[in-house]
This record gives sequence, structure tokens and C-alpha cells, in this order.
Amino acid sequence: VLHIARPLHTSQQCSAPLPPLPEKGGEVRHGLIPEEFFQFLYPKTGVTGPYMLGTGLLLYLLSKEIYVLNHETVAAACILTVIIYGVKKFGPDVAAFADKLNEEKVATALAVKNEAIKDLETAIEQEKKEQWRVEGRSYLFDAKRNNVAMLLETNYRERLMTVYNEVKKRLDFQVAMQNLKRQKEQEHMIQWVEKNVVQSITPQQQKESIAKCILDLKALSRSAQAAA
Amino acid sequence: GPLSERRLMDVRLGELPMWLATCDFSLQGLLGGVQKAWSSYYDKYINVKRGGPAGISMLLAGYCLLSYGWNYQHISK
Repeated sequence: VLHIARPLHTSQQCSAPLPPLPEKGGEVRHGLIPEEFFQFLYPKTGVTGPYMLGTGLLLYLLSKEIYVLNHETVAAACILTVIIYGVKKFGPDVAAFADKLNEEKVATALAVKNEAIKDLETAIEQEKKEQWRVEGRSYLFDAKRNNVAMLLETNYRERLMTVYNEVKKRLDFQVAMQNLKRQKEQEHMIQWVEKNVVQSITPQQQKESIAKCILDLKALSRSAQAAA
Repeated sequence: GPLSERRLMDVRLGELPMWLATCDFSLQGLLGGVQKAWSSYYDKYINVKRGGPAGISMLLAGYCLLSYGWNYQHISK
């Protein structure tokens, strides 16, 4: 449940990238006391001031039994020795390992960013190419128009050819008809003439022509015998 | 600047009671103060790229001292 009484997003929106983390932490001496303490005491007591203060404080605590020495002290001393030895020995390795992990994280993030930049750049290239292609649209339409004109022309010529062929066929038919008619008329006329001629040869004429042929043949044979 | 907005380290010794008077001792104020102290400590010693043992060792030392202080009655017997 969101109580709307609390105003949201009241601070300034800062869209700039976050400032980077500082490289090193604050300076600390002996792992326990910040450097500011030493700088604070330096003007009045010099370099050895804080150490004197520490020694004096320690002796005071011990002498007044504010800090009692018992078995816990010995245990604390042993534990501290072990810890300090471990830190001094394995510190740099652990630091290197942690640095490597950080490096990998940063590298992956950077890789993603570079990937994205590269993809966007290729997208820009392709976009420019598309824009250039659009300019060629007019040529495309010219080519298409030419194609269509060619198709129309071809179609027209084919149909013209068909018309010509059809007309020629009909004219040929007419010519053939006329020829046939003339031929038939000629034949018929020849037959009629022959028939009439044959009819007009009476038997009398036939006998006379046969007698004439025999006389001619005799004359011919006499001339042939005379020649031989 | 004005007294109530200065940090503790910038207050002079003579002005300390007055500065304490201007402090916000309500629960929210105390919690806010604790929050600010922790965040400044965190940003200075722990939230860095290459930290060292100083960040947590100071916290552990403080814890040791605090627990010794709480158990002093029992230890000094």
C-alpha cells in the first residue's frame, strides 16, 4: 500500500553518469587509526605525539586496572598475531583476485556498450543506404514503363500478324474457288464437245473414212515396197 | 557560517554547549545523525575501488572496545 502523503521524486533529477568511486579509501595508519588524527596532533606535538599519547594511555589503563590482564588477553594476542600474519601474507593475492572480478564486470559492461554502439552504427549505415536507394526509384519506374511499352508493342504486332494471316487465308480461298470453277467449266466443255463430235460421226461417214484409210494404207505400202 | 549548520569538528571549544543546544535530539534526529555518520564512514573507507583492511578492522576494534566496556563489571571481579 503506497501512502500518497509522502511526496515522491522531490530531489533534483541528475541524469549525468554517477561520479566514479574513489580509488583508495581514507589513509589509515597501522590499520586502526585514521591519518587525520596524526595530522590533528602534528602542529602541537610533532611526529611522535600520537605514539606518546598511545603509550601513556596504555600504561595508565594497565596501571589502574581499567584494562585487566587475564587469559583473554593472551588469547586476543594470539588471535591478533594470526590475523595480522594472514593479512600480510594473503592480502595482495586477495586484492588481485577482487580486482580481476571487478575488471571482468567492467569489461562485460563495456563490451555490451560497444556492441550496442556498433549495432547502432551499422543500423545508421543501412539507413543511409536505403535513403540512397530511394533516389534510384525514378530509374526503376522508367525501366518498368519501358517494359510495359515493349509488351504492348509485341502484343499489337502479334495481333497484326494474325489479322494478316486470316485475311490471306480468305483471299486464297476465293482464288482457289475461281480456279476450280474455271477448271470444271473447261472439263465440262471438252467433254461436251467430244461427245457431240462422236455423236456427229454417222455410220456412213465411218465406212467412208475406213475405206479411205485402207486406200491410204495400200498406197503407203506400195510406196514403201517401191522404196525398199 | 551559522552555528547550527557546522559540523562537530568545526565548532570551537567555547561554543560547544551552544552547539549542543541547537542539535536535534529527537528520535528522528538521532537516527538521521547515525545514518549520516554511517554513510560518511562507508563512503570514505569501504565504498572505494581498492580498499584495504582499514575499513572493517576499525569497525571490529570499535566493537571490541564497546564489548569490553559493557563487560567491564564482570571482568574486573
